[in-house]
Order: sequence, then C-alpha cells, then structure tokens
Amino acid sequence: MLALQILIDGFAISALYGLAAVGFTMIFGVSGVLNLAHGGIMLVAALIGWFVASSFDTGPFLGAAVGILAGLGMAYLTYFVVVRPIQRSRILPAAEHEIFILTGTLLWGIMIQVLMNYLFTDNPVTMRPMFPGVVNLLGVRTPRNEIMIAAICWAVIGLLWLLVNRTRAGKQLLAASINPRGLTLLGFELSRIYLLVWTIYGVLAGLAGVLLASFLGVGSANAGQLTASAFSIVVLGGLGSVSGSLVAAYVVGYLETITAYLIAPTLRPIPALLLLVLVVYVRPQGLLGRR
Amino acid sequence: MALLTGSRGLWIAALVIAIGASGPWWLSVYILGVLTSAYYFGVFAMSWDLLFGFAGEVNFGPTFLIGLGAYGAAILNSTMGFAIPICLVFGVVVALVGGVLLALPALRLHGPYFGLVTLVAVLLLQNAIVIFAHITGGEIGMTVPDVLSISANVNYWYAFGFMVVSAIILFGLSRSAIGLILQASGQDAIEAAALGFNVTKHKLAAFCVSAVFSGLAGGMLVFYLGAASVDTVVDLSIAVQIIIAAVLGGRRTILGAALGAIFLLLADEALRPLGQLNTFVVSAVALAVILFFPDGMLGYLLHGREQ
Repeated sequence: MLALQILIDGFAISALYGLAAVGFTMIFGVSGVLNLAHGGIMLVAALIGWFVASSFDTGPFLGAAVGILAGLGMAYLTYFVVVRPIQRSRILPAAEHEIFILTGTLLWGIMIQVLMNYLFTDNPVTMRPMFPGVVNLLGVRTPRNEIMIAAICWAVIGLLWLLVNRTRAGKQLLAASINPRGLTLLGFELSRIYLLVWTIYGVLAGLAGVLLASFLGVGSANAGQLTASAFSIVVLGGLGSVSGSLVAAYVVGYLETITAYLIAPTLRPIPALLLLVLVVYVRPQGLLGRR
Repeated sequence: MALLTGSRGLWIAALVIAIGASGPWWLSVYILGVLTSAYYFGVFAMSWDLLFGFAGEVNFGPTFLIGLGAYGAAILNSTMGFAIPICLVFGVVVALVGGVLLALPALRLHGPYFGLVTLVAVLLLQNAIVIFAHITGGEIGMTVPDVLSISANVNYWYAFGFMVVSAIILFGLSRSAIGLILQASGQDAIEAAALGFNVTKHKLAAFCVSAVFSGLAGGMLVFYLGAASVDTVVDLSIAVQIIIAAVLGGRRTILGAALGAIFLLLADEALRPLGQLNTFVVSAVALAVILFFPDGMLGYLLHGREQ
C-alpha cells in the first residue's frame, strides 16, 4: 500500500521536476547559458497565475494561462536584459562570459525574488486545483489534480520531442547544440535560434511554475531552492542532455519521496544531494552526458 | 596597478588605515556597529576574490567555509567553555579540514560543476545544522557565552585590525609568484600546466588560504555578535552578498572586494527606508556594474588611470 503510494506520488513529483529541468537544460545545450534566475521565472509564473485566478475569480485555467504568459515574458526579459548584453559584450573577454552570465543571472534572480516578495509577501500560495476530486487508484486515494499534472507534464514533454525531432525549427535547435559554428556557416542566424529556445524555455518554466503552484504551493522564499534543484537535476543527468534530465528528475523525485515517506520528511533533500555529489565526482559528465 | 604598489600607494594605504583606525573618535556608535560587520564581510569577500578572481573558479559556497569556522568556534566555546583564541583556532582548523575535503575532489571539476558542488556543500551544511539542532540550535541559532568585547570601540578596532592584516596578507599573496601562477591557471589552465606549474596544487593552496581567512572571520563575527545562526553565517543569501561585494568592488584586486563589501553594507543601511526593496536596488546596481563596468569600482579607477 505504502509502496504504491510512493510510486504514484513519486511519479507525479518527478514528472514536474522533469518538466522544470528540461527547459533549463535546453538553453544550456543550445547556447551554453546556465540561467540561475530559473527559480525566479517559475516563481513569477506561479504567483501571477495564482493572483489572477484568486482575485479576479477567473477560474484556475485562465489564471494558469496568464501565469504561463508571465513566465514567458520574464524569460524574454532575462534574455534581453541580462544574457544577451553579456553574450555580445565587447568589454568582457570571451572566456569570462560564462562566469559573468552565472553571476548576472544570479543577481537577476534575486531581484525577481525580492520584487515578488514585496508584491505578494513570502507566504506560500496554492492555486485552486484545476481538476478537483479524488480518484481511487488501486486502493490509494489520489487527488485527480495530481494525476492530471503528471499527464500534462508528459504530454508537453512529448510535444517538445516532436517539435525538436520532427520540425525544421527543431532540427535547427538540435544542430545549434551540436555545432553552432557549422550552423552559422550554413546561413542560419544564431540569434533567431536563441530567441526560439528562450521562447520554449519560457513556456516550459511558466507551465512548471503554474503546475507547481497548483500541486505543492509556491512562495517567494522557494526561488533559490527551485533553481538549485533544477541545476542539480540537470547536472546529474548530464548538462545539455534532455533525456538525461528526465532520468535524473525521476531519480531525484523518487529518492526524495522515499526519504520523506520512510525515513523523515525533514531529511527529504539530503540523499539526492549526496547522490549528486557522488555522481559529479565519479562521472562529472552526468548520467547521460555527452562529454 | 602601479597606483597600488608604488610608494604613493603606500602613502595612500597609510592614510586610509589612519582614517579607518580613528573611526571611533568621530563616528556614531551605530555607524561603528555597521562598519564592524562590514569589515568582517570585507574579509569574506577578499578571500572569495582570491579563489574567483585569481584562480578563476566560481565558488558559490563561501559560506560553507565561513559557517564551518563560525560553528566550529561557537560549539567549542558553548560546550567546553574554552577561551576565545582557542575556539577561533579550532574554528579555523575545522574550516581548513572541511575546505580540503571539499576541494580535493572538487578541484578536478571546472566551471559550473565546481560551482554546483560548492553550492551543494552549503545546502548540506545547512541541513546538518538543522538535523543536529541539539548542539547547533538548529534554525534558531545558538548563543555563545563569551564575546570579544562589550565596548563598541574595541570591537571596531578588532574588526578593522583584522581586516587590514588580512588585506595585507591576501594582497601580498596575490602580487607574489603564487598569485601570478594562480592568475595564469585561471585564464588558461592548460598553458599554465604546460609551462610546468602544478595547477591543482596552487588552486588547492588558494582554497586553503581562502578557508583560513573565511573561517577565522566567521569565528570572529560570531564572537562579535554573540550568536551563530544559519541566517548570519551560512545562508545562501550571505554567499550571494559576498559575491556581489567582490564583483562590485572589482575582481582580481583583493582590496576592491573589501571596498565593495563596505560599500554594500553601508548602502544597505542607507537604503533601509526603502524596506524590502533595498535588496532589489542593491542587486540592480550590482547588475548594472557587471554589465557596464565589469572591472568593478576599483578596477575602473585603476584602468581609467592607466589609459
């Protein structure tokens, strides 16, 4: 009984982790950017979605849609205000762009977090479930919302797979992650591809934020934790590898759920962190990394 | 850079030290308190700069070393009741051992991987403090029975003297052959290794120096505040503030990091009327500095002169 409960809860939380990490890893794969404002962007989507849904009485779906748009807007802002100026900067030596993008997005993430804290206080908010009710799944009473969230996550990940592997734009993304210079030589403009990947990232991060608000609840104090967990999942799976991130999301999700159920909820993040340290030492390229 | 090393630099330094040391005669007790914390922060930022600016490694976990030193000293003092100097030495040893344990494997990694491992180290330390709450006081923190001094002036001089001594040692180190090798390995590790320098050994040395000063500063901060808590010495937001201070003041200058820390804490106080938004403004200023003057305040000053 408990095993089944762990199986179901772990599946849903892992799907959400996976969705949140996929966009993060795609940006790294395509443009080499580690976006430490990730948690902040999810936070914006979650809080604005919650705010619209609860104060204008629009229902959870419209709220979620506005939240996703807000996440997308925030992702664009991050790209145009912080990332692109650093990438194009002539004052900075090219070798230091990476370090500056890390510090720049870190600062940007803090600005977002403080602003959200100012606007919405730091009380965690939970969105009204999009799919109310409880389903009896082989004797385990599971909220319908939880099942639907896992389903939405996987549907979106499936769509993403189609987009990347079956469309022309997606193939350009793939090519950019393999050899950006070759792609430019073939006459494709990299900046357009970057814009596309940031659009995909914004939608994914926004959706993940909104779903998180509806599943577990989010507060402005969580932003750092969200970034750290996406960062760890992505490194665990191998930087830039989408399938690696998904595998890692499940490893982390289940480790956390098992710890929370069987040992103690307070120890929840620790085994995953230890595993991460271990993997990084033994196999720095991550589970499915290319390098 | 000639500005800082020539005889004129010595005069400027002497003047700054004299003005700083005379603080208690012309500053209010309130400002003295802010500056005392700022000086310890300055040491944090300087030891971070040695690792980031020179060795080129993003250490997201300066508070891992600071927290080890602070809690090591605080626990020895509150459980065994040893005198403060012994506790400080113990704290430094704890920070050094923890630093080496972290650095030995971590230095095999580079860039984002190194950053992530140091970040995880902080999260693990934070969790450990909460789990062993019966010794560490958990999330609330612990008080220590002894304090450095109850006089604001004496505390100020302790902090100022400590910062000046640290600045001289760290700055000297960065100008020495070791500092140059570190800088070379930060910019091009392969070429530095090809020239016959043991890159890992030098980076490990930098990490150890960073650990000693961070741990000592963390311990002294605890005995100044009379308490150790996650929020003051371990939390990631402290790490972020250290990073902002060092980048704001100017990377690869060591002294700039201290300048940045003092500026940051004073700006934080000055912007207090803004309430929660003061962090927003400070971060925005730091971001603007990164985008437009990546060399930081001191770097801009020095490079401006050279051109």
